[in-house]
Amino acid sequence: MTRTARKALAPYAFVAPFFTLFAAFGLFPLLYTAYVSVYRVELQNPGEMQWRGLDNYTALFTDPFFWTALRNTFTIGALSTVPQLLIALGLAHVLNYRLRARTFFRTALLLPYATSVAAASLIFAQLFGRDFGLVNTLLGLVGFDPVDWQTGTAASQIAVSSIVVWRWTGYNTLIYLAGMQSIPGELYEASEVDGASKWQQFLHVTLPGLRPTIVFTVVVSTIGATQLFGEPLLFEGSVSGGISHQYQTLGLYMYEQGWGFFHLGRAAAIAWVMFLLIVALVGVNALFARRRSLKEAGR
Amino acid sequence: MSNPRPARRTTLRLGAVALTGALLAACGSGSDAKSPEGAGGQVTLTVDLFGAFGYQEAGLYAEYERLHPNIKIKQTDTEDEQDYWKSLQTRLAGGGGLADVQALEMGRIASVTRKQADRFTDLKEYGAAALQGEFAEAKWAAATTGDGKVLGLGTDVGPEAMCYRSDLFKAAGLPTDRAELATAWATWDGYLELGRQYRAKAPAGSSWLDSVNSLNAVMVGQAKERYYDASGTLIYENSPAVKSAWDASVKAAADGLSAKLDQWSPPWNQAFASGSFATMPCPAWMLGYIKGQAGDTAKGKWDVAKLPGGAGNWGGSYLAVPRAARHKKEAYELVKWLTAPEQQTELFRKQGNFPSAVKAIGQIADARDPYFSDAPIGQIFGDAAEKSPVQVLGVHDKDVADQITNALSEVERKGTPPETAWSNAKKAVKNALG
Repeated sequence: MTRTARKALAPYAFVAPFFTLFAAFGLFPLLYTAYVSVYRVELQNPGEMQWRGLDNYTALFTDPFFWTALRNTFTIGALSTVPQLLIALGLAHVLNYRLRARTFFRTALLLPYATSVAAASLIFAQLFGRDFGLVNTLLGLVGFDPVDWQTGTAASQIAVSSIVVWRWTGYNTLIYLAGMQSIPGELYEASEVDGASKWQQFLHVTLPGLRPTIVFTVVVSTIGATQLFGEPLLFEGSVSGGISHQYQTLGLYMYEQGWGFFHLGRAAAIAWVMFLLIVALVGVNALFARRRSLKEAGR
Repeated sequence: MSNPRPARRTTLRLGAVALTGALLAACGSGSDAKSPEGAGGQVTLTVDLFGAFGYQEAGLYAEYERLHPNIKIKQTDTEDEQDYWKSLQTRLAGGGGLADVQALEMGRIASVTRKQADRFTDLKEYGAAALQGEFAEAKWAAATTGDGKVLGLGTDVGPEAMCYRSDLFKAAGLPTDRAELATAWATWDGYLELGRQYRAKAPAGSSWLDSVNSLNAVMVGQAKERYYDASGTLIYENSPAVKSAWDASVKAAADGLSAKLDQWSPPWNQAFASGSFATMPCPAWMLGYIKGQAGDTAKGKWDVAKLPGGAGNWGGSYLAVPRAARHKKEAYELVKWLTAPEQQTELFRKQGNFPSAVKAIGQIADARDPYFSDAPIGQIFGDAAEKSPVQVLGVHDKDVADQITNALSEVERKGTPPETAWSNAKKAVKNALG
């Protein structure tokens, strides 16, 4: 091989490992799932495959459990993403000022993120217990009746969302903090000279400067919310997401079909629907972000 | 950096060594599946169970290891059978990670004999045919496939009785004598009536029943045909047994007799010790579970009486050896020993699992349990075992039962109207069976 040919090929050789791994563990499963989703396959006899065409997909339209799961995914997604990002913004803003023991606070913020979802969910399930849970004990102290956090639809969704909020707020805070530090300090100084309060600084300096970071966290959180699985699964240890599917997310419904009832074909179809849903959501996000920046440019 | 070649060669050599090692290891594991690691070699048998089989607690493993010095037994145990079954199915499909001995619940055995016979060892290959006379006929037949393969040996059956807390009964001014109670709750109506009396004067924070689902499960266990008829047709929607169990459970929920605990959940486990409920319909294998959860402090507070409404059977299990097991012959020997009459007798005396071996049933007639106020458990459960119907088992028994369980929980905990819950159950069964 000539020197020039080697030189030309070298970059490809360097990126090859990633693409090989991606093909093996990303692309192949994706395509294989699509293949399985047009068959009737049972986990108990994976060798026997019956052609079903698009029936696994069309059946979802008339499947009440699928729609419940879809709705739950959106409500739990909103209940967890919105407070999570708002709290993260606030915390980052505070941490951006000179504080004593700032490094300690920044590290502590990441601890929930470092905790395993299993451990966190199990502890939250205890806290939200109906008879012996700490949350109900505290509610009792202020004179409220105990809430059955696992059975009520809104109550259970709030409980599950609280686990997500607890785990991810710190992570987003650090991303916002990093974004804030790239905003030039002169802008703050100038606004201070103009007599802007801290709150006005936040609104008119911090938020505009953070816009790309916010778009990033919204996209990542949306993907995370659509795939939500571990928290609702471990909250009560039930694959059906509660006795009346009141907090069953799409991820959990897919798992119930595949590993609760052993219908691998239907589970694969749900997986693909989830994938397309995420692609659509990210597309919508990107569209919004682009329109915002176009508007901005035109101003 | 100055001389990269040797380094590269070292890496290559290391790679080769690692690869050879992996190949050797692969050969090693391949060969010891056939012969047990040479003469006098140690064999570690893995046993994977659910719920409370009690072998370890009753000292049976220690005994077996003493009799067979080359065998070591390692047990894993999943509390909830639903979780256990899920992971077993995944491992059967993948063919890896299976234990030498896997337990199977009675509600699953039809699914195994009809759908997965090729995944389990035919125990006749190791001479199980000779054991047929030792087991109750129905127990043996249920684990035999259409073409005569025997896929598991019966460990126990689940004759039903009523477990109750005599200290709570006393506090509520109810009789505590088990014979007197058996008369008072000869029928389920009598049992629910006593429940209402209990509720009127119950100690604070205590309910009559742990969950309406335990009531539903024992009542369904009293019938011959439940979810399927003998021809294998799904009949649960119109089955009289399922209906009467459902109606009684719904009534108990409406009357506020239940502590609304989800069976097999952590709060349910905690409630055993705190005395949150006074009665709990219990198959024999539940005795060991109660002992484990309620602990020593509750010793002597529990008692056992005859079940209202006649005899019934809830559950009972099998031990099977998967085709992919590493030590099939040794596993069979262990299964044979664990399910032999002597061991079943000992297990019943210590843990309460009622024997499925005919000879053992005769040996335990006099058994009493000090934990349960010296109740004559041999006689109570023996009687129930003798009179309980031989159940028709269907492929999806457990799946149907699980969906009905969910629907009853909706009625009990959410106050869903029973008709709505029942139609939810039907939808869920359809969804589950696909």
